[in-house]
Amino acid sequence: MTSNSGMAKLIGVAALVTMLIGSFVGLFVVSPDRLQGDVQRLMYVHVPAAWLAFLAFFIVFLMSVLYLIQRDLKWDRVAHASAEIGVVFTVLTLALGSMWGKPTWGVWWTWDPRLTTTAIMLAIYVGYLAIRSFADDPDKRARWAAIVGIIGFANVPIVYLSVIWWRTLHQPPSSPRSVSPEILWTLLFNVLAFTLVYVYLMMRRIRLAKVEGELEQRVAYNG
Amino acid sequence: MSSSKKIWAGVGVLAIVGAIAFLIAGGLKENVVYFLTPSELLARGAEVVDQPLRLGGQVKPGSLDWNPETMDLRFVVQDSLQEVRVHSTGAPPAMFQEGQGVIMEGQYRNDGTFESTNVMVKHSNEYEAPHEGQDPKKMYESLVKPGDE
Repeated sequence: MTSNSGMAKLIGVAALVTMLIGSFVGLFVVSPDRLQGDVQRLMYVHVPAAWLAFLAFFIVFLMSVLYLIQRDLKWDRVAHASAEIGVVFTVLTLALGSMWGKPTWGVWWTWDPRLTTTAIMLAIYVGYLAIRSFADDPDKRARWAAIVGIIGFANVPIVYLSVIWWRTLHQPPSSPRSVSPEILWTLLFNVLAFTLVYVYLMMRRIRLAKVEGELEQRVAYNG
Repeated sequence: MSSSKKIWAGVGVLAIVGAIAFLIAGGLKENVVYFLTPSELLARGAEVVDQPLRLGGQVKPGSLDWNPETMDLRFVVQDSLQEVRVHSTGAPPAMFQEGQGVIMEGQYRNDGTFESTNVMVKHSNEYEAPHEGQDPKKMYESLVKPGDE
């Protein structure tokens, strides 16, 4: 446990340092896009937040499958932690995207397929968290959550592909070909920083979920 | 459950998720049309007149007519085949320019003009540092200046 906690601290420090460097470079060092100007710097937080939301929900999906196969509550705890953090990153993605949309597109929000499917994604995982509070029995709760965690994931690839499949106001995903190297590297570094933040939050949240589970068990045992 | 049953259960779950994703995506693919192009709008004829819809295309180079006194904005939006005259009131977003991709919300009138209530700029996925002599700071100021509202 001590080594695990030490590891979490180490990753926490690494997350903080990379976030500071990534933000500094993104805000002050690299030149912004020639058409959009400084507003484009929002990319360095909006895009990593979106990617981490996708990753977090993929982990929810994976852990939900594992839980249903093995019926071990440790997988449920990981799924729960990842869903919570994924919701935070999704809200961040929407908020930062909205701030970026107003000066460039001219609107804070529009019901185009990318924005709509992202809003649906948020609703699904808020629903995932909500459904957990309806079941008192940990095994039943984990089972319900796992089913939502698996079926709900069907929407996640659709969010990503929406800009490729359909007409949208949102632009299609950038690629190394469409982004100049210094912008690309700054973006990738910030993705790394956000990933470390995710890992750190996961370690802390899983630990907390474990303690919550033990507490729940004792309360149930003592009646 | 035995382990082979578990594996089959897993395969079953994956198949269900795949099927749902396929159905959502397939169903939406047919129905989700965020905006019409000028060609599609004109092909629909009378049925789209005075109906609220979105029209998207490129601002035809040389067609932009902005009157700051009356706040009247007129331009032509085009695709590779057709073009439609657009009228709007108020300043467009700062990134609006000739040749730019735009999406308008509004109604197509009988006189052949699209009366827009909202002009939105569709930018590309290309990001590049300024060339020699360009000043991104200036561009930023023009992008968020309060007069745009």
